[in-house]
Amino acid sequence: MRIQLSATKVHNDFIRKVEDMSGQDLLKCYQCGECSAGCPAAFAMDILPNQVIRLLQLGEHEAVLKSKTIWLCAACQQCYTRCPKGVDLSRIMEAVRDLLMLEHGDRIVIEKLPAETLAEFPQQAFISGFRKYTA
Amino acid sequence: MAEHETPITRVLIIGAGIAGIQAALDIANSGYEVVLVEKEPSIGGRMLQLSETFPTLDCAQCILTPRTVEAGHHERIRLMTFSEVTDITGDIGHFTVTVQRKPASVNWDVCTGCGLCQEKCPTKVASPFDRAMGKRKAIYTLSPQAVPNKPVIDREACTWFTRGKCRLCEKVCPVHAIDYEQQATTTQVEVGAVIIATGYTLYSLQNLGEYGYGKIPDVVDGLAFERLLSASGPTAGKVRRPSDGKEPKQVVFIQCAGSRAPETAMPYCSKICCMYTAKHAMLYKHRVHDGTAYVFYIDVRAAGKRYEEFYHRATEEDRVIYVRGKVARVFRDGDQVVVWGADTLSGASVEVAADMVVLAPAMVPHPETQRLAEMLGIPANEYGFLLPLDDNILPVETTRPGVFLAGAVTSPKDIPETVAQASAAAAKVLSLFAQWSGVPQAMETPVGAEAS
Amino acid sequence: MRIPYYPGCTLSTKAKGFDQAARQSFAALGIELAELKTWNCCGATFPLSRDNLLDLAGPVRNLVSAAAEGDKLAVACSTCFNVLKRSNLVMRNEEDKREKINFFIEADYAGSVQVLHLLEILRDEVGWDNLAKAVKKNLADLSVAPYYGCMFLRPPKEMGFDDHENPQILENFIRALGAQVADYPHRAECCGNYIAAFDLETTREMSYLILASARKAGADLIVTSCPLCQFNLDRWQQDLAMKHGGFRPIPVLYDTQLLGIALGLDTTTFDLDKHYVDPRPVLAEKGLI
Repeated sequence: MRIQLSATKVHNDFIRKVEDMSGQDLLKCYQCGECSAGCPAAFAMDILPNQVIRLLQLGEHEAVLKSKTIWLCAACQQCYTRCPKGVDLSRIMEAVRDLLMLEHGDRIVIEKLPAETLAEFPQQAFISGFRKYTA
Repeated sequence: MAEHETPITRVLIIGAGIAGIQAALDIANSGYEVVLVEKEPSIGGRMLQLSETFPTLDCAQCILTPRTVEAGHHERIRLMTFSEVTDITGDIGHFTVTVQRKPASVNWDVCTGCGLCQEKCPTKVASPFDRAMGKRKAIYTLSPQAVPNKPVIDREACTWFTRGKCRLCEKVCPVHAIDYEQQATTTQVEVGAVIIATGYTLYSLQNLGEYGYGKIPDVVDGLAFERLLSASGPTAGKVRRPSDGKEPKQVVFIQCAGSRAPETAMPYCSKICCMYTAKHAMLYKHRVHDGTAYVFYIDVRAAGKRYEEFYHRATEEDRVIYVRGKVARVFRDGDQVVVWGADTLSGASVEVAADMVVLAPAMVPHPETQRLAEMLGIPANEYGFLLPLDDNILPVETTRPGVFLAGAVTSPKDIPETVAQASAAAAKVLSLFAQWSGVPQAMETPVGAEAS
Repeated sequence: MRIPYYPGCTLSTKAKGFDQAARQSFAALGIELAELKTWNCCGATFPLSRDNLLDLAGPVRNLVSAAAEGDKLAVACSTCFNVLKRSNLVMRNEEDKREKINFFIEADYAGSVQVLHLLEILRDEVGWDNLAKAVKKNLADLSVAPYYGCMFLRPPKEMGFDDHENPQILENFIRALGAQVADYPHRAECCGNYIAAFDLETTREMSYLILASARKAGADLIVTSCPLCQFNLDRWQQDLAMKHGGFRPIPVLYDTQLLGIALGLDTTTFDLDKHYVDPRPVLAEKGLI
C-alpha cells in the first residue's frame, strides 16, 4: 500500500466538507489512539477510529468511505468523552456518512428490513437507525 | 532597609530536594551562608523515594546520601526542616524571611536519633513516603538515613493527641526528648537572595476515572512503583502487588496519564515519564525474570544523553513490549486488572489481562508554590509553574531581582537537568555575592601576561 | 407535586410497562407525572451535523410545549433525556441556532425549561432517604446491576450531572430500594444502540460484554432506563447462551419497574411478561411479586 501525498489531496473538498459539517478540526488529533482503545465496537471494525481521522488527515477519504467502521459507530460518545484533545469523532463519522449517502443513497431500506425486525424492534431503534443510515 | 547598608551575602533556599541541596552545596562551598528550608522533617525530597536513576541505573539513595549528609553537616548551611516560609519582605540584598517551624513534639536539641521511640511506638499508619503501601509509626523519620535523623510525631495519628492515651515514646526515650506541648515556632532570617526549588508533585489520578486509580488497589502510580523497586521500600525491593502481595507476572505501564491532554488534564508533556517508565519496565524484568512488561505509549521521548540507547536496551535486552497507543480503560476482572488499549501501529485494539498496572502521572507544581509566588510577586503560568524572566536566556532569573528558580518548579525536569539548573541558580547568586563582597571587577593580571 | 412529563414514542408503544411503572410509582411517591398535552418524537438521536437544524426542530417543539405547562420537564427514557437536554442547551447557549429554530417552528423559546431524568427527580426532589422510607418490599436478597449505557452520561460536558467514569445515581437508587448493587465494570459501555438495525452480530457481542460481566458480578437482574438498551440487552440472550457456553440469561428491567415493585404496587400493567428473559421467576423467588 502506498499513499501518494499532494497539496491537492490533503486539502481536498471532501475533507473541507467533513470539517465544516462536523465542526471538528481534523489536525487537532495527534493520533494517541485512545478513541480506538475504548471503542466498544472496535472489535468489529475493519479500520480503527483513529485511522478514520488519520486517513482524512492525509486526504485519503476514499479508504474511509469504503470502510465498515463508519457504519459501526454508535455515537456513544465514549471516544469524545475521553479524547485528550476534545475531538468529537462521532461528529466526524456522521459527516462522512451523510456525505456518502447524499451521493450514493441510503444505507438501509425500510422495505428490505425483515418482518421480524420490524415487528420486534422498539420504535426508537428505527428512528435513530434511519437518522444514521439514511440521508 | 536603608539603601546604604551592605547587602547580605546569605541565601535562602526554599525546598531541600536535589535542586535545593545542589544549590546549597555550591553556594556554601564557595564560602557563603545558606538557609535551607524544607517542609518535610528531613531533606532529600523526591529523589530519596526513587530506586535507581536513568539512564545509568545508579542507586538514587547512594548518590544522594553523601550530599544530604554533607548538607546536614556543613558549617555554612543552616537546615530548617519541618518548616515553611510564611513571609518574605524587602528586596534584593535585604530580604527578611519569616520561617515557621511546625511542632515536632520532640526536642531535637537533646534527641540523639537513637530510634527507640519509633521502635516502641504502637501506632502504625500508612506511610505517605511509601505511597501508602507500607506503614510507618506515629513517631517517625522519613527514612533510616534521614538528615537530620530526628523524629517528629504525627499528631493526627498519635493516640496521645487523638485519644489522650499512650505516651509510650516519652517513657522509653532515654534523653527525655519527647515534648507533647511543643508549639510552632517562628524565626526571622535576613538574606540577600532567594532560590525557590519547591519541585513538583503528581497529578491527581482520581480525576482520570477510566484508569481506576484509588478504586483498584493494583493500579499504582510511578512513584509507588519506585518504592516497590527500592531496596529501602516497603517490600525491600521485591515487586509485590498491593492487593494480595503476589509477584505480578504481567505488568502494564501506562504513559501520559494526565499529560498531553489539554481537554481532560494537563496539556504539556511531563518529560520524565518516557525514561522512568522504560526504567521501571527494565527493573521489573530484572527482578521478575519470567514476568512480561508492556508499555503503552504515545511517543517515546528519549532526547537526553544516552536516553535513546536506554530505551533500546529496554526492548532488546530486557524484552519489554512497547505498544503504541493510549489506554482508554482499566478495570478489574476477578484478581486481574484488565487494560483496554490500542496498537495504532498494527491497527488493532488491544486487551491485556494484567496483574498490575503502573500509571505515569503528569508532573504538576506543588500547590504551596502558588502561595510563595504570590508572596514574592513572581508570575506563574496557568498550571502553577513559576515563570522565569526569559525561557531562552534567563532561565533561572525571575521578575523579582535577587529571586531565582531551580528545578521542576518551572517545568517538568529530570535529575540531570534539575541539578544543572540548580548550579546555574547558585552561580547567579554567587555572582551577586561576589559583587557585594568586593571581588575585583576588572582583570588584575592580563591573561597570558606571565607567559610573554 | 405535578411535573410535566414527556413519555416519548417507545414508552407509548413497545415499552408501555416502563411508562406505566413510572407514572404509578411517582404517583405513589406523591408526584403526578402530567403528560404533555402535545408532544412528538424527540428524534431518538441528537443530530451531530452542525447545520442539521431541522432535526433539532422536533425536540425543541416538545420543550416549547413543556414551557407552556411548567418550568420542568420529566423524562423517563435516557435517550429522549439526552436529546431533549442537549437540544435545550442549544436553545439556551447558541443564539444563532436559537433564532433560526424559533423562526422555523414559530416559537420564542430560549431554553428556560429544566429537563430532568426521573432518577434526578428521585434524587433531588424525593431524596434517597425518603424513597427508602416509602419502600414496602424487602429487596435485601436481590443483587441488581445498574446499567447506564451511553446516553445517560455522555457527553459529560452537556449531560454532566454525575461522574461519567464513576457514576453513582443508579447505585444510590438501587441502595435506596434496599437491594444490593452488583459492581461490574461495563455499566457505561454502549449496548450497540441503533447498530442493531444494521449489524445485529456486532450489537449482540457488544451487549454480551455487558451481560456476561453483570452475571459474573453475581447480579440477579439488570436495570436500565433506555428502551433500546433494554431491547438490545434482553432480546438476544438465548442466541448468546448458545454461542457462549455457560452464559446464563439475566432479566433486564426498567428502573421504574423495579421502583414500582419495591413500592409494593400492583405490577399487572408493568408488562413484566413482555420481557424476552422473563424476570418473574427471580422476582417470585425473592418474594417480590
